[in-house]
Amino acid sequence: MPGMSKPADEMKRPMGEANHRTDGAMLLKGADMVVEALRRERVDVIFGYPGGAVLPLYDALFECGIRHVLTRHEQGAIHAAEGYARVTGRPGVVIATSGPGATNLVTGLADAMMDSIPIVAITGQVAKTVIGTDAFQETSIIGISTPITKHNYQIRHASEIPKVFKEAFHIANSGRKGPVLIDIPKDVAGETALFSYDDPPQLPGYQPTVVPHQLQIRKLMSGLSRAKKPVILAGAGILHAGASAELVAFAERHRLPVVHTLLGLGGFPASHPLFLGMGGMHGSAAANKALHETDFLINLGARFDDRLTGKLEFFAPHATVAHVDIDPAEIGKNVSTQIPVVGDVREALLMMLAADVESPHADAWMNELLATKEQFPYWYVQEGTGIKPQRLIAEIARLTAGNAVVITDVGQHQMWTAQFFPFEVPDRWVTSGGLGTMGFGLPAAIGAYFGKPEQQVVAILGDAGFQMTQQELAVIGEMELPIKVVIVNNGALGMVRQWQELFHGERYSASLLEWQPDFIKLAEAYRIPATRVQEDDALTDALAAFLAASGPGFLECVVEPRENVFPMVAPGTGIHQMVGVKP
Amino acid sequence: MTPVLSVLVHNKPGVLNRITALFMRKGFNIQSLTVCITESPDVSRMTLVMNEMDEAALEQVMKQLHKQIDVLKVTDLTEAPMVSRELALIQVNSPIAQRATITSLIDPFRASIVDVGRDTVTVQVTGDAEKIEALISLLRPYGIRELARTGLTALPREASAVSELRRLNESQVLPI
Ligand SMILES: Cc1ncc(C[n+]2csc(CCOP(=O)(O)OP(=O)(O)O)c2C)c(N)n1
Ligand SMILES: [Mg+2]
Repeated sequence: MPGMSKPADEMKRPMGEANHRTDGAMLLKGADMVVEALRRERVDVIFGYPGGAVLPLYDALFECGIRHVLTRHEQGAIHAAEGYARVTGRPGVVIATSGPGATNLVTGLADAMMDSIPIVAITGQVAKTVIGTDAFQETSIIGISTPITKHNYQIRHASEIPKVFKEAFHIANSGRKGPVLIDIPKDVAGETALFSYDDPPQLPGYQPTVVPHQLQIRKLMSGLSRAKKPVILAGAGILHAGASAELVAFAERHRLPVVHTLLGLGGFPASHPLFLGMGGMHGSAAANKALHETDFLINLGARFDDRLTGKLEFFAPHATVAHVDIDPAEIGKNVSTQIPVVGDVREALLMMLAADVESPHADAWMNELLATKEQFPYWYVQEGTGIKPQRLIAEIARLTAGNAVVITDVGQHQMWTAQFFPFEVPDRWVTSGGLGTMGFGLPAAIGAYFGKPEQQVVAILGDAGFQMTQQELAVIGEMELPIKVVIVNNGALGMVRQWQELFHGERYSASLLEWQPDFIKLAEAYRIPATRVQEDDALTDALAAFLAASGPGFLECVVEPRENVFPMVAPGTGIHQMVGVKP
Repeated sequence: MTPVLSVLVHNKPGVLNRITALFMRKGFNIQSLTVCITESPDVSRMTLVMNEMDEAALEQVMKQLHKQIDVLKVTDLTEAPMVSRELALIQVNSPIAQRATITSLIDPFRASIVDVGRDTVTVQVTGDAEKIEALISLLRPYGIRELARTGLTALPREASAVSELRRLNESQVLPI
């Protein structure tokens, strides 16, 4: 069987209907074609939840050799697929049934779309014969998901399966990555057709530019060599393109300061002397100073999100802007750009490294920035006997030697993690940036574990966000996954509480969690060993024991309830107007 | 500037929805949209007339259209040499006594009467948007009962025709 990724005897379930032909194509049922396509794409794990419309598909998946992880909610399944994709760079695969199963994927699709996470989502659909009749569990997931997917397909006949899957995986994981949804009517699964997976995808309307234009690179490099105040803004594009080594080499070659976006963290080593920290709303003073005062900004794979730029008129107002992006629609969208470079950021960096130009004379600028970095580090005040959340994060970093895969939910704990966990290497940082999805963290940690099972996995979650997808503790408990779950319990929807304190006259409208479940009993109900720590002097020992234990672990950390995230660029202000840069 | 875009898309179900969903999501406003088949049955042509917008906004519209997997080609016809036409059907009050006036009125527009009733006639006119607007405003005093417009459809002029036109223009042999 030419072109097969696995010899037939490796398939645990014999393909009853398979009828092999000499040209490499074989006759298969729709459901078996889906499994075969997943094999050809070398999918090793699927996150999903069954139901009526996907019963035939689940039958084909049964003992097929591809691991299936049953989450306890479809939202959990798609966030797990996102976590897997983020740490591996390979598409995460999720399956849900029609109707409510499909609609439960919506948040995850939107999240993956915003953060360019490659996902292939497979949904069941009612049979073709009843589509449009408001049949049981029918919903137009194509209509619903069109604005939140990179592309989507509804399969009309089993014969389309190989082509559609091939295209879907290609689209999800190339160009600007993103989610692709495939909707499969139930009766398609029973149709028989020829399966051949050898044809390359034919997508005349989808030809991402990978190699940048040499002329644009030349413009960029000659602009750079004349700059007095250059800075690199490095986004998640660096991670998607696997361009960390090239980024370090380029920054070092020309001695350029580097600022990361929230999602880019880990692309450039946090301990590197040229690193200024994260930019944006809760970024470092040095990073934001650089973004404000620069005269030559090189954006490498970031999309100038408003949480990064602050008020646009104060963002790099004196700079010539060069923007390297695989997605041309991002260039010039928010910040007007003089040197657009469309292409893969790794290809661009290789060309930039090959360019023989003089480095900019920017020593004064560099020294000024390093002095600012020195003068205004991220800070917190250690006082009283309670636990400061920032110290909690710093201790996790210290005790894991910065080596863990770290996943967060959304809120204050997320920002503290971005500030106080020094990410040294790529692809060990998983967080929901663009959509800011509470409930993302716990399931994403499960997916990250399946992506990097050899690494320690630590999920740092808020007490509120954890409760949005807490049912996924069942997966950790059942499979005894060695995931360490830390709840940063500040008794509040902390980030909301902070905004109400600062911008709404301390009127804490619906943001204080005065009643909470017993988190320890909750974790124990899922048979996960759980501890609570609330005194600062007990923190280090508790953390060390928790992190060193094998198997799953759950640590509830009761922290100072009124702690705020600083520094901060207040909404509607410029990045040079940070408040709380020092105690 | 009222931008006119010609967009070649795959002729398959759901593509129109993708485009309108994109426009809704991004807050782009359309004045008119026509969709029709082309010489190749797998390809449709959409002609979009947008509300006035600056160049940066138009560039963003074109880039977003381009991102769609089913979009094959996006051409900005706004300032390009193009042939563009629209068809309008105008049902206008026309008592028998006035009918001759209407006929002479529409004549220079090369419009024709395609339906006749007791009190109304239906006028068909094709042309660019300006011509159609002009006829509508001429007919308005008589009382327009109903109006249907197809929206603009357009094609770029063939390159050889364009250069021929330019040559003629420059040599001022023929006023076009
Ligand atoms: C699904 C969802 N709903 C609401 C919000 C708005 N929101 C942002 S942060 C936050 C509070 C999060 O509280 P918690 O999980 O305890 O984290 P903390 O900020 O306290 O660290 C809320 C409600 C959101 N981001 N996502
Ligand atoms: Mg909280």
